[in-house]
Amino acid sequence: MIDRTVLKEHFVKWVLVAFALSSLLFLFLIFIFILAEGLPLFLKVGVNKIIFGMKWAPTKGHFGIFPMIISSFLVTVGALIVGAPLGLSCAIYLSEYAGKRARMLLKPAIELLAGIPSVVFGFLGVIYIVPLVRNYLGGSGFSLISTSLVLGVMILPTIISISFDALVSVPRTYREGSAAMGATKWQTIYKVIIPTAKSGILASFILGMGRAIGETMAVIMIAGNALKIPTSILDPLRTLTGNIALELAYATGDHRLGLFSTGVVLMLIIMILNYIANFGIKRKIAK
Amino acid sequence: MDTKIAIDRLRLSFGKTEVLKSITIKVHKNTITGFMGPSGSGKSTLISVINRMIDFENNVRIEGDARIDGTSILDGSINPIELRRRVGTVFAVPIPLPRSIFENIAYGPRLKGTNDRTTLHHIVEDSLAKAFLWDEVKDRLQTSALKLSGGQQQRLCLARTLALKPEIILLDEPCSGLDPISTAKIEDALSELKSEYTIILVSNNTKQIARISDFSAFFYLGELIEYNTTEKVFTAPAETRTEDYIQGKFG
Amino acid sequence: MRVNPRIINRLVRMGLNVQAFFTVGILIVIVAIIFFKGFPHTNFAFIFSFPEDMGREGGIFPSIVGTIQLALLSILLATPLGLGTAIFLTEYTKESLFTKFIRFGVESLAGIPSILYGLFGFIFFVIKLKMGWSLLAGVLTMTIMILPTIIRTSEEAIRAVPRQLRIVSYSLSASKWETIKKVVIPAAIPGILTGIMLSIGRAVGETAAIIFTMGSSLRLPLSIMDSGRTMAVHFYILAREGISMEKAYGTAVVLVLSILLINVLAYYIMNKAIARYS
Repeated sequence: MIDRTVLKEHFVKWVLVAFALSSLLFLFLIFIFILAEGLPLFLKVGVNKIIFGMKWAPTKGHFGIFPMIISSFLVTVGALIVGAPLGLSCAIYLSEYAGKRARMLLKPAIELLAGIPSVVFGFLGVIYIVPLVRNYLGGSGFSLISTSLVLGVMILPTIISISFDALVSVPRTYREGSAAMGATKWQTIYKVIIPTAKSGILASFILGMGRAIGETMAVIMIAGNALKIPTSILDPLRTLTGNIALELAYATGDHRLGLFSTGVVLMLIIMILNYIANFGIKRKIAK
Repeated sequence: MDTKIAIDRLRLSFGKTEVLKSITIKVHKNTITGFMGPSGSGKSTLISVINRMIDFENNVRIEGDARIDGTSILDGSINPIELRRRVGTVFAVPIPLPRSIFENIAYGPRLKGTNDRTTLHHIVEDSLAKAFLWDEVKDRLQTSALKLSGGQQQRLCLARTLALKPEIILLDEPCSGLDPISTAKIEDALSELKSEYTIILVSNNTKQIARISDFSAFFYLGELIEYNTTEKVFTAPAETRTEDYIQGKFG
Repeated sequence: MRVNPRIINRLVRMGLNVQAFFTVGILIVIVAIIFFKGFPHTNFAFIFSFPEDMGREGGIFPSIVGTIQLALLSILLATPLGLGTAIFLTEYTKESLFTKFIRFGVESLAGIPSILYGLFGFIFFVIKLKMGWSLLAGVLTMTIMILPTIIRTSEEAIRAVPRQLRIVSYSLSASKWETIKKVVIPAAIPGILTGIMLSIGRAVGETAAIIFTMGSSLRLPLSIMDSGRTMAVHFYILAREGISMEKAYGTAVVLVLSILLINVLAYYIMNKAIARYS
């Protein structure tokens, strides 16, 4: 005699299996699709010609994205230069110095900052940062430095929240032990707390990089649109994300495949960054 | 004396560690049977076989037989969910569900399809009364159960199992961590309940076992050392180990 | 000459203090600029009327509706799927190669930038599946985007439910599913809702993935195959094409206000749910 509850339990289990497999399907669909569309061009034209090619003129058979790889990299490093010190300082302040009231003010503020859409940052960047750079530093204002400034602010929430988690998870006993030996708060922080939280903090930087390199809207509004490797911070540039966003709407045939190849490179870079960060974080948790 | 629960040469191992080494015991109907012994002797594990909560552990091997009213509870024919309605359990740490007192008690009956408000109210009142908690909470049934004191919460847990009208009640160190007054209330409740239910009380507190149980079983390192009426075990134990344990020479 | 560590300590403390409030200041400046420049242009008419002359005049009603449609439908699809997956991963499987594989997939997908979703959505839904620029294409793309977040936050929330609660439920003769439905999920609701709120916020602010899948039609989407704009897309186009600064600021106000509201709502719901269950 089969119990109705037992039947129902089995039914539920299989429904959930179906849900889980569908989720998996959707998730892997995007990987597979981008790879499937992006690889053919690598095979047809040659990996080297694409990744190290200096000229991007897809309608004429040139698919070199090296300048864009460099530009993406530069903009990301720039964002880190702007965002990492400031972000880490905020995280330290939040975890070591801020009282309850300050925390209650700061944490929501950071979350709100994280929620501001990319296009708003891009817009404000164009209206305020670009002219500032143009008037005080030169060039058109649509430049590496403008983009780095705006991106640096955009990745602050990522760096702050993950560094904060790392700092806060340093055991209380470490702080107490250090204080017991007569160290000032700052000495405790830079001799004991930061080194202990080191891998989490590093992970936050790497994830911030991942975020910056994947940014699209703000970047295409501020970075200008030059297909050459920028030689100064005042030069305009085009990133991998920009490449896709600016040409997707009207690309056909091999041109379109070229955009997919750009996507494959971008995806690979981000997956590597995420892997490094998670590997680093796992080491921290394992400790 | 009728046998309610019959355990026959029950052996249980977690992986390579044997935790129950061939236990044979007949628990009598409508009695309070005390399972006593130091930590690690297997009393809680034996309980978890009777209520089939052992199902939730990994890497378990069980041999031997366990029967309630003559029917095996270990083979495939029995539904563990239905078994757990007939065998109620009160754990050492009271865990109220995060809801009102009323809904805590009503949880079990609702699962079985009772949704009528009046019926539920009767069940709730009856169960709380049997657990000696009704008077203290009758005016605030809708307040959160988490606001009760430890002793009250434990009586709530007892009432919760009573609401399902079980046949057997298993209590695993129910009064550890409770003050003497709460402990006394629970012991009084159990003494009244035994006329309707078969009760097994696991405890490391020998005095409690001596106070309220009719039969006592002494477990040590996975073996059943001695099992007899409480009077006999406590005044003239057959085994030296039993005597040493009762006298507090180890534990 | 050795500087007194106490002095350094004090200086550092001041420096960190300044930086923290500078960061908050950035947020305040952003919000202030948007509001001061945009509020004069945001009124009842703006919210409820249609854009005219490519958005130079009129309001943003269709894009508000488009945003709500996109966010709502995506959540409606992603929540059962994501929550179901999370329940399956935590309650019905043991840690194994399979679960690690799934988790790796979910983590990786959380890092994929929106433009790649736009690329995928455009070629796959809009072109290959012939949906054209449509609400449907946008919703499907958005659903995949927020799925990892929902799975991750739900899984965390479910794992955080104490094991003892499950044990109690089982001991009261509940089945596995009954326990999940009546005890585990209710206890995990604050975390689950957080994930949902986060995802709604993302859907509202997303542009790169939406502009290539939902399109940018100025009309009100009346069916799922219609194209339309979200506020973010509308804002972007106004800004990029230089159509109207005032209308752009006005759109930004509504956009940022919505996100603020979602954040506040999220906090409120979180606190209420936590209070209820502890």
